[in-house]
Amino acid sequence: MSDPESSIVQFANVGLRYGTDREVLSDISFTLYPGSFYFLTGASGAGKTSMLKLLYLAQRPSRGIISMFGEDVITLERKALPSVRRRIGVVFQDFRLVPHLSTFDNVALPLRISGMSEERLQKPVADMLEWVGLDHRSDARPETLSGGEQQRAAIARAVIARPEILVADEPTGNVDPEMAVKLLRLFEALNRLGTTVVVATHDVHLLRKVPDSLIMRLDKGKLSDPTGALRYPPRRDAPQREAPTP
Amino acid sequence: MSTPSPIRRNAPRFGDSARILQQARIAGPMPWVIAIMIALTVMAAAAGLALNNIAGNARDEIAGGITVQIVEGAPVERGRQAERAVSYFSNREDVASVRRVPDEELADLLAPWLGDVGMAEEDGVPIPALVDVRLSGPVTAERLSEMRSELLAQAPAARIDAQASWLGPVFDAVRSLQFLAIGLIVLLALTSAAAVWLAARSALGSNRETIETIHHLGGTDGQIAGIFQRSIAWDAALGGAAGLLLGMAAVFILGQQFAGLESGLVAGGGLGTLDWLAIAAIPVVGIVLAVITARLTVIAALRRMI
Repeated sequence: MSDPESSIVQFANVGLRYGTDREVLSDISFTLYPGSFYFLTGASGAGKTSMLKLLYLAQRPSRGIISMFGEDVITLERKALPSVRRRIGVVFQDFRLVPHLSTFDNVALPLRISGMSEERLQKPVADMLEWVGLDHRSDARPETLSGGEQQRAAIARAVIARPEILVADEPTGNVDPEMAVKLLRLFEALNRLGTTVVVATHDVHLLRKVPDSLIMRLDKGKLSDPTGALRYPPRRDAPQREAPTP
Repeated sequence: MSTPSPIRRNAPRFGDSARILQQARIAGPMPWVIAIMIALTVMAAAAGLALNNIAGNARDEIAGGITVQIVEGAPVERGRQAERAVSYFSNREDVASVRRVPDEELADLLAPWLGDVGMAEEDGVPIPALVDVRLSGPVTAERLSEMRSELLAQAPAARIDAQASWLGPVFDAVRSLQFLAIGLIVLLALTSAAAVWLAARSALGSNRETIETIHHLGGTDGQIAGIFQRSIAWDAALGGAAGLLLGMAAVFILGQQFAGLESGLVAGGGLGTLDWLAIAAIPVVGIVLAVITARLTVIAALRRMI
């Protein structure tokens, strides 16, 4: 791996297996740089969600080295991991909104976890709800929200604490095309503010919506590099398309 | 962007378990389980403390006490030797008081078992004369042996015994009951901890997804355990208060019934201010135990996540 100094995430020869099954991810090596926008593509079962789990520290790899923000997270003390996780925003595929909390409280959760006072968090949460168009649903419980509204609440929660990396698993899977574009614009806006964005999707049409994005493709647990995203420096002039399946 | 949204003014803090976890009361029956455990603990502790008081009072009462029996069939000689015994003890400096138990008093004591024994009559049942002696300081084997040999020279029919030795088996029984009470309290504490452990694990299971989400959002083990601690502390406080009331009511009613017995030994078993304070502290100890158990259970479970 090259230039570890400027990278935000580095994977080196990472492999992941669940139990004694075969590896779902093999020999994964790549580097993510601050302020970049990455799409992670691949067919269902290619290992996208597993890769994202490694990225948001929900899973330890079976082998290899993962470093984030300049620290080896594999050997990092367990008590130091929460502070690393707070620098990562996650949009789960199944949203994972806390069912007993209102939309407002769900979105405020990362700020409360980080210890922000109630007084200080009121405005940013209200602003964020307005930004994702949920200001009129701030008191609603997740079960009363539509799929698209839940998706937007999950995204609002992921970005409210201004994470350095945003990891999103199929974030536009439950919204109409218009809302999908709007959410992508939200991710782009965050990206312009310096957040590194990693979006896992199997929607090839989505890739064309973000011209400056880099694409990583997973195929049966192996990573390919159709746009030069994995090179250093990344090939920003690479054609914006999904690589053909070998 | 700046349009105010209808947010709640009194939004909960992160630690507000009622908002974070659906089952803020870790499990429905938990307060009742704790209430029953605390009530039983209060009764066991009250019994242990009452027994301690009974033993202590009895011990104080008979400390330094010795009983001299003049076992002589002839009433005149019995009376003569009893007088000599009284005289012997009266002349000792280490004796606080000496009293010959009047024959009428002995007859009254024995009447329930022997009827009218006619002690004053020559043909009556020969009953030993009794001399009640209270020494200043404890009765030691050396003092008893010395007094026995000196007294026998003046009153050959005298038998001298420390009162404490008579009640030795009673003290042993009281001590056994105290150990039983302590054992019960320990068992109840362990059972309560086990109940909290099961409830915490059940709550962990039913709230697993929420816990994982908080974990992935950067919540620390301490923050997550804190949610459970507050929930169980609330349950334990409710249960503890109810259990204390139930237990104290039972102790009060039992105390009234024992007081009605008017028995000298049992009368010494009343609970003092410190005893009641110790009993009142039981729910507090219960809450602390429950909170510690919940914390250890949750932390142990969270350690299995990365």
